[in-house]
Formats: sequence, structure tokens, C-alpha cells
Amino acid sequence: MPREALVGLETRQSHGLDQFCASLGERPGLSILDFAGGSQATVSFITGYGHRLYSDDFVHQLDQCFGSGPGDFFDNQANPLLASKFIAKALPFAEESFDGALVWDALQFLCSPLLQTVVTRLHRLLRPGSSLLAMFHTEERLDTLATYAYRIQDHRTVQMAAPAQRKPAQIFTNRSLEKMFQDFHSVKFFLTRDRLREVIVRR
Amino acid sequence: MSTLPVRSSEPHPDFSRGSSAVLGKSVIVKGEIHGREDLTIDGEVEGTIELQEHRLTIGPNAKVNAAVKAREVVVLGTLHGNVETRDKVEIRKEAKLVGDIRTARIVIEDGAYFKGAVDIVRAETPRPQPVAAPKPQPVASATVPNAGSSHAGSPHASGHPGAIAAGAGDIKR
Repeated sequence: MPREALVGLETRQSHGLDQFCASLGERPGLSILDFAGGSQATVSFITGYGHRLYSDDFVHQLDQCFGSGPGDFFDNQANPLLASKFIAKALPFAEESFDGALVWDALQFLCSPLLQTVVTRLHRLLRPGSSLLAMFHTEERLDTLATYAYRIQDHRTVQMAAPAQRKPAQIFTNRSLEKMFQDFHSVKFFLTRDRLREVIVRR
Repeated sequence: MSTLPVRSSEPHPDFSRGSSAVLGKSVIVKGEIHGREDLTIDGEVEGTIELQEHRLTIGPNAKVNAAVKAREVVVLGTLHGNVETRDKVEIRKEAKLVGDIRTARIVIEDGAYFKGAVDIVRAETPRPQPVAAPKPQPVASATVPNAGSSHAGSPHASGHPGAIAAGAGDIKR
């Protein structure tokens, strides 16, 4: 993601984030995984609770692995060698390393079977009882979606910058999301006015 | 074992403020660097860097692959390695830092790339050393500074609203 091109910062209220943050105040010293890449706002917010934050720009990692060489971005995701290289680079953590994961909208740009591999890996990385926040667009007719750089402003406000447009791998329905997160304990949906479906998944 | 800082013959760019040792952009170092002065690196370094009480600046042309310990680290170029500072880490615009950070304060500018974990280590206020009192006072009137509120800056530590269920569908297994 060309992060130098972060323009047009918007903010939105997020019920999903509000619910995710409810568990942050329980005790200090939690480990939180953030797929949005390092930003001052999110680092300050999470570490302000006394937690540890691991940041990585997941979509940037996707581009590095599947979009920088020959071949189609989505076709390359089906290459087992590239896929295992990606998992090793993007999610190189021991099992049950995290107490929460901010996945944002990154899963929209993954094709099966890599998508299911990543979700299974996330399930293993999270400790039982911890939460995962993900977002999915509900607009079915658009060819491309804005890829956002998400930053936490406060417990229910997200800053979003849209540096680029990107083709989604697929459009998710409630049913497909339930199936995708079937190994988790619970899935909660928040429908929003701006065509985003927020999902809180509990391990 | 250690490599002495080398002063570049080229004019220094603006990022080197004040007097500090400089490793110029044509310099390549493999090994350990220990120092008792500020250091600016604009070349390539692989190994470890320790400037416990001083500031390390990774210049815009620098490619550093090293574990770093310093009082303060400012990154303008590329740094791969874990960073431990007593004071502050700054990752400037267009800088790249891949590694875990332990520090008291961190600044990440827009446009910087950071991959790794951040642990904020709050500097403990040094407790006043107990002075050997010549003789016990009848009334202890000394005020002990408040050293126990380490999470005073924690946002929304209380008063968090309950979960908002509007429009929510909940599936439990």
C-alpha cells in the first residue's frame, strides 16, 4: 500500500470497535495484533491501556508476495509455495500469542484456499475468549473497493484514509462469514449505514 | 570487535544536528558498535549498536540490520532489528523499521513503514532515597510522591459504554 499517499482522512463511528475495546480495559499487558500497519494513533491508543501492539500492514504484505512478480494477484494466491511463504512472513507467531486481532478489511482481498488458511491461522494465534474485529463491504456491484488505512481515534471512532482502489476477491454474505469463522465460538454482525459489515468474532 | 566511527568527507545532510559521529553513506560496517556520543549512520551496518546514553540517527540513505540500544533513536532510512531505548523512538516519514520496539515514547510519522511489536516501558519515577535520619521525628510529615498510578494515561479506563446491539446478529456456537 503506498502509505505516502494517505489522503482524505475520514472518521466513522464503529460499534464493532466499541465492542472490541470493551475487553481492553479488563487488565493490562494484553497482546494485540493489528493488520493496518503502524500508525501513531493506534499505537498510542492500544499502548495507553498498557498493552503490547504488534503492527503489520497485511495488505502491503499481500502485494509484496502476490502482486510484485509475474502473474495475476489472485491466481498467485493459489500457488502453494507463494502461499506458505506469505503465511510464514505475515503470521510468523506461536499459537495463542494474542489476546485480540484488528483485522479490519484485509480478508476481502484473499481468495480461497488462502483465505481459509489465514482464518485458521488467526484462530490458532488467538487465545481462547479473545476477539477479532473484521470488516467487509456489502456493495455487490462495485468492481473495486477503496482500501483503507485504519487508525483508532477512540474506543468507537476509526480514522480511515483511502490511498487506493482494489478489486475484492469476493463479496461476503452473513452466511459465508458464518461458514468462514465456523471454528470460532461466536460471530456477531453490525450492519452499518456506509455499506460496511463489521464483524466481531470471539475465539 | 568494535568499529570506530568514520567521519565522511562529504558535506553532512541536514539531519545531523549538533556534534555527533557520522558513518557516511559509503561506509559499510559489520560488527559491534559501542559509543559514548551521538551517532549518525548513513551507510550500511550489520551487527549490534549500543549507545546507551546517546542518540542514534539512522540517516535517509542508511541500511541497518542490527539490534539497537540507545537513549533515543531517530529513523529516516531503513532499520531491521529490535530497538530498545530509554527515552524515545521516532520513525520519520518514508523510513522503514522492521523489528520490535521497547521504549518510553514513540513517534510514527505518516508515510513511515513499521512492522513489529511496540512495548511502552514507562520510566519509573525514582523514589527519594531514604536518608539516614539522625533521630526519629515525632510526626512524619514528609509527603511521598504518588508513584503508583502507572496507568493514569490509559484512555477510557472507566465509563465504557455497554455493547451496542443495534443491527447486530449474534450467532453462538
